[in-house]
Amino acid sequence: MKPFSFSSEALPVDGYRRELEDPAAGGYASFEGWVRDHNEGHAVTRLEYEAFEALAHKEGERIVTEAIERFGVLKAACVHRIGSLGIGELAVWVGVSSRHRAEAFAACRYIIDEVKHRLPIWKKEHYVSGDSGWVNCERCAEHAHDHAHAGAHQHQRR
Amino acid sequence: MSTALFGLILAGGASTRMQRDKAVLTYHGQSQLEWAYRLLSEICAATFVSVRPDQRDEPTRAQFPQIVDRLPGIGPIAGIAAALQEHPKVAWLVVACDLPFLTRETLQHLIAQRDPLSVATAYRSSHDALPEPLCAIWEPAARDGVLAYIESGKQCPRKFLINANTRLLDQPDPRALDNVNTVEEFSAASAALQSTPADAAPASGSTTHSAEPYSTGRGARPISIRIQYFALLREQAGRSEETVDTTATTPADLYDELRARHEFKLDKEQLKVAINADFRDWRTTLANGDSVVFIPPVAGG
Repeated sequence: MKPFSFSSEALPVDGYRRELEDPAAGGYASFEGWVRDHNEGHAVTRLEYEAFEALAHKEGERIVTEAIERFGVLKAACVHRIGSLGIGELAVWVGVSSRHRAEAFAACRYIIDEVKHRLPIWKKEHYVSGDSGWVNCERCAEHAHDHAHAGAHQHQRR
Repeated sequence: MSTALFGLILAGGASTRMQRDKAVLTYHGQSQLEWAYRLLSEICAATFVSVRPDQRDEPTRAQFPQIVDRLPGIGPIAGIAAALQEHPKVAWLVVACDLPFLTRETLQHLIAQRDPLSVATAYRSSHDALPEPLCAIWEPAARDGVLAYIESGKQCPRKFLINANTRLLDQPDPRALDNVNTVEEFSAASAALQSTPADAAPASGSTTHSAEPYSTGRGARPISIRIQYFALLREQAGRSEETVDTTATTPADLYDELRARHEFKLDKEQLKVAINADFRDWRTTLANGDSVVFIPPVAGG
């Protein structure tokens, strides 16, 4: 399978898992991101994912390649949903097969973390109230307000 | 009749990026903390300075009535929570000490438009239209929610207001809440405050560009650029893509032009840029036929 891809339909994870099988593998770790029914105290009814696919494909492939090289795992892949998703649906899948479990977990973690930070993917939450909003924790951290960060730094210092 | 209004100046930040205490910076002939204290004292029934426990005796802060953080280390929400606990029956006009362009008019407009039945009355950011928690009136009704929010491990006052019953107002002066976090921003703000108000107006105002929006590089031959929009920018532009003839030579210039045209709320600092589907620097030279995407903060997974 391709290292990174998008799908506008439900993800067949059993099939993905079989693609990562390898005679040298002693294990397989996966991560599934699911749509939950709340965020920041708001009841969420559904999510819409949107992506700049041309760039996300290239960058997603780079992330998976980095994980394989960095942790020495055998195979790895990631698939991300786009479009409208309901509560409980699988939004992103990451799978890694490797000789030993430690690097499988580490590579899996690396891929999902980098995917969240680096890929041009956006999600819009629709709330029970009828409102909606683009999810974006960076807004908070990177907005002109230095204060929350300052707090975090102090915290580390103590 | 609404409850009394007390003032709270937040001066508990670490000023990490400034590497100097932001409360003692001087823009108006006195420390910013003193200046803000006087401004608030003129319009509030009582005014306090919010400090961390270890800042109580710092000389600039020691001259004012203080409210000490009860939960230091979690940022400005600790100061807001401490004030709401210390005087639970009053509303708080909360103001950060790093807002050199703040004016009495901006505060008075906020007070005039205050909704005492809401959790807070706040301005929309001129950058992204989200609430500005650090120049806002926090009502007594905010107290339980804020404490529960902290209890649940959260610290961002902005997100709190996004999800609370907050009355939101447009700023009468769009740069009034521009804050200052770095030495460069301090220099720029000082210079802007010393020039005339007209000169000091930031270039983001679209009116100055409205006559000839694409004529910045005088005499240069226009190039044709295709722009694709995603997520928030797609909504603000009202389209998924467009092709423009422009004399902009870099994506930075191009964004400034398009921002004036579409009134984008996001700053360049909040975006990344891609040219022909690769991440590129904002100063890259554009070529005729390039395809450009401005990438708002991402949220995959």
